[in-house]
Amino acid sequence: MQLILESLFNGVAIGSVLLVAALGLAIVFGLMGVINLAHGELMMLGAYATYITQLIFKQVSFLKPFYDSYVIVAIGIAFLVSGTVGILLERTVIRRLYGSPLETLLATWGVSLILQQFVRSVPLAYGSGLVIALFFGLFAPLVVSDELLQGAKGKLIRASTWGISALLGVATGGLLSSLVSKLSRASARNVDVTAPSWMRGGIDFVGITFPKTRLLIILITLISVLVVIFFLDKTAWGMRIRAVTQNRPMSDCLGISTETVDIITFGIGSGLAGVAGVAVSLLGSVGPNVGGNYIVGCFMVVVLGGVGNLLGTILASFSIGIMTDLIGAGRLLTIWPEMPSPLYSTIDFFATTSMARVMIFALIVIFLQFRPTGMFPQKGRMVES
Amino acid sequence: MKLSKRIFASLATASLAVTVTACGGSDSSGNFDDTVTVGILHSLSGTMAISESTLVDTEKMAIEEINAAGGVTVDGKSYKIEYIVEDGASDWPTFAEKSKKLIDQDGVPVVFGGWTSASRKAMLPVYESKDAFLYYPIQYEAQECSNNIFYTGATPNQQSEPATDFMYKRSPAAGGDFFLVGSDYVFPRTSNTITKAQVKQLGGKVVGEDYLPLGNTEVAPIISKIKVALPDGGIIINTLNGDQNVAFFKQIQDAGITPSNGYYVMNYSIAEEEISTIGPEFLEGHYGAWNYMMSIDTPASKKFAKSFKKRWGSDRVVADPQESAYNMVYLWKQAVEDAGTFDDNAVREALVGQTFDAPQGPVEVMPNHHLSQTVRIGEINSEGGFTILEETGVVEPQAWNQKHPSSKGYACDWTDPKKGEKYRL
Repeated sequence: MQLILESLFNGVAIGSVLLVAALGLAIVFGLMGVINLAHGELMMLGAYATYITQLIFKQVSFLKPFYDSYVIVAIGIAFLVSGTVGILLERTVIRRLYGSPLETLLATWGVSLILQQFVRSVPLAYGSGLVIALFFGLFAPLVVSDELLQGAKGKLIRASTWGISALLGVATGGLLSSLVSKLSRASARNVDVTAPSWMRGGIDFVGITFPKTRLLIILITLISVLVVIFFLDKTAWGMRIRAVTQNRPMSDCLGISTETVDIITFGIGSGLAGVAGVAVSLLGSVGPNVGGNYIVGCFMVVVLGGVGNLLGTILASFSIGIMTDLIGAGRLLTIWPEMPSPLYSTIDFFATTSMARVMIFALIVIFLQFRPTGMFPQKGRMVES
Repeated sequence: MKLSKRIFASLATASLAVTVTACGGSDSSGNFDDTVTVGILHSLSGTMAISESTLVDTEKMAIEEINAAGGVTVDGKSYKIEYIVEDGASDWPTFAEKSKKLIDQDGVPVVFGGWTSASRKAMLPVYESKDAFLYYPIQYEAQECSNNIFYTGATPNQQSEPATDFMYKRSPAAGGDFFLVGSDYVFPRTSNTITKAQVKQLGGKVVGEDYLPLGNTEVAPIISKIKVALPDGGIIINTLNGDQNVAFFKQIQDAGITPSNGYYVMNYSIAEEEISTIGPEFLEGHYGAWNYMMSIDTPASKKFAKSFKKRWGSDRVVADPQESAYNMVYLWKQAVEDAGTFDDNAVREALVGQTFDAPQGPVEVMPNHHLSQTVRIGEINSEGGFTILEETGVVEPQAWNQKHPSSKGYACDWTDPKKGEKYRL
C-alpha cells in the first residue's frame, strides 16, 4: 500500500512537471497548430523571471519582509514576461508563417537560439528593461481610447507610447542594475533559485516523505489546468478560441477577430510556458539551456495525448510520469521479487534512468503505430485539414 | 585587370591584418631576443564555455607571469611567449580541426587544451599522426597513455580511490553501503567500474548504480532507488556533471537524503566554482576529493589564488582544473629550457622527471606522461569552500588502472622504447 502510494505520488510529481511544461504547448500547438520550438526558451525566460524576482525581494528593503512569498509573485511576473515575449514573437514572426509548418519550425528554432544567446550576452537588468518596454509598448494601444489612435495624430500617439515605454524600460534597467549588482553583468553561468525556507524539506505522512517543492509544483499545475479549462469552456474569449480552432473562415465570417484570437491564444500559451519556468526553476538550476531539456518531452506529451485535446495532454503526462517511476525506479522488482528470472533480468535491465527513457519512447512509438492521432484524437472538421 | 589587382591588394592587406590580430598575445615591454607562439584550445562558446574559459584565463595568467619574469630562455636567447587562442566551440570535431590548424598553419610547438574526454579522444589521432604535443589539464578516467599527450589532471587512483577508501573507512558513514550516481558518459561509467572493484576489495557492498542521461534533470526515480537501496543512510558516490548536480542536490535535500539523516555524498566533479553555483546550503557536510583546493594554507596556494583574483576580478575563485592548467604551462617552460630547443621530441624527453613547486605542493612528471600529485579529501563548508580533512603523500599516477578489470597488471612508460604505451608489469 505504502509502495503504491509512493509510486503514485512520484509518478504524479514527474507527470505534473511534464504537464505544466506541455500545457502552453498544448494550446499553441494543439489549438493553433503552430510548431513552436521556442516554447522551451519561453520557459527559460519564466525561470529567469523567478530568479530576478527572488533577487529583488532579497535586495530591496521594503520587500524583504515578504521574501517568503516571492514565488507566488514570480508566477505572475513569469506569466507576463513570457506572454509578452510570446506575443512579440507571434506579431513579428509566426503571424507571417501560418499554414507553413516547416518554415514555422525553422523560424522558431532560430528564435530559440536568439533567446538563448540573449540571456548569455545581455545583462539581466537590461534584459528585464527590454521586456518591460515591450510590455508597455505592446499593451498601451489597448488602454488608450480608439479615437485617439485614428489618423496622423494616432500615429504620433502610437510613437509616443513606444517612446515612453522605451524610457521606462531604460529606467528599470538602470534601476535594477544599480540595486542588484549581480544583474548588471552579462553571464553565461547557470544561476540558482533558492526556495524560501517554508518550501524546503518534506512532509512525513504514513512513512513517506513528500517533498514540499513537488507538492507546490503539483498545486501550480492543478491551478493552471483548472484556470485554462475554465477560460476555454466558460468565457467568451475561450469560446471564440474554440470556434477559430474548429473553423477559422466561418468564425471570421461571423465577426470574430481571428487576429485578436491568435494573439490571445499565443499569449496565453506562452504565458503558461513562463509559469512552467517557475516550476522548473525550483527543481534544478536556471541557465540558457534549461528549456531545451524539456521541449522534446512537451511535444511527446501533446502528440501522445492527441493534438488539440487538453484531457489527452493531462492523461498522457501522468501516464508518462507513472511509467517513468515504475520502470526507472525498478518498482516492479520491489513489488514482485519472486518473478521468473528471465523477466526479472529484463526488467532489471531497463530499471535505470537512461534505459527507462528508451523503453518509454519505444512504447510511445508502438502506441502511435496503432493510434497515430494519439489517445484522444480531435473529432470533427479541423481547420487546416 | 586593374580592378582585380586592387581587390587582390586589399585582400592581402586584410589577411595580413587578420594574421596580426590573431597573434594577439600580451604586450609586456621587456627586452626579448625573439618570440615563440603557443596554442590555447578550449571551448569559448557552447555548453562547456563556462568551465573552459576559466582555463584560458589561467593559462594566459601563467604565460604573462613567465613573460614578466623574462620569458623562456633557450640557448642563451630569451623568448617572449605569445599565444593564439582557438575556440573548440564545445564541439568535438572542431577540436580536431582547430588542432590541425594550430599545428600546420600556425606551427605552434605546443597546444594547451581540452576539457571533456570526448574532446581529447577527438584530438588524439591528430597529435599522434602529426607527432605534435597536447597538454591536457583535467582529472579524467585514465585508461589512455599517448606519447603525444601530457596529462596534468588526476587519474582515478589520484582521486576516486583515496576518496572511496576514506568514505568506507573513516567517514561518518564508514562501513556503510554504496550507491553510485553519475551522468551517462564515459567518465562516470569508467570511474564507477573502478569504484565497484575497490569496494569489493575493501569488503563493502555497492547496492545500486544509476546514470542520468546528459541534459536530463528529472532525478525523482534515482531518489526513490536510493531510498529503497539505502533505507538508513549510507555512502553516495556522485559523478554527475554540471547543472545536473543542482537538480540532484536540491531534490535529495527535500527528500531527506542529508548528512543529518546519515547520507553522505562524495563528489568527483564539484569544485569551488560549482559549489558557488549550486549553493553551499545544499552541499554543506558532503565531501569532495581533489589535488588542489583553494583553502590549502601554503604561501604557493595563497599566491596563486591572489594573483588570479588580481588579474581577473576579486569575485573569481580558483579550483583544481585551473591549478592543473597553471602547472602545465610552467612544466612546458622548464622542459623547453632543459631541452634547449622547442623541438617536440627533445622537449618530450626533457619533460619526464621535471619537478615543479605547484600551488598544491611539489609535483613531478612521471614516465607515463602523468603527474605525481597529492590527494586531498575535503568537507564542504557553509562558506562555499572545502575544510581539508585528509592529505595523502605524493601519489604516483596509474595511466592503466590497477582495479579496472581490463587494465589490471598493465602500465605505461615512454622513457623505455621496449615498454611504451601499454606493457605487462
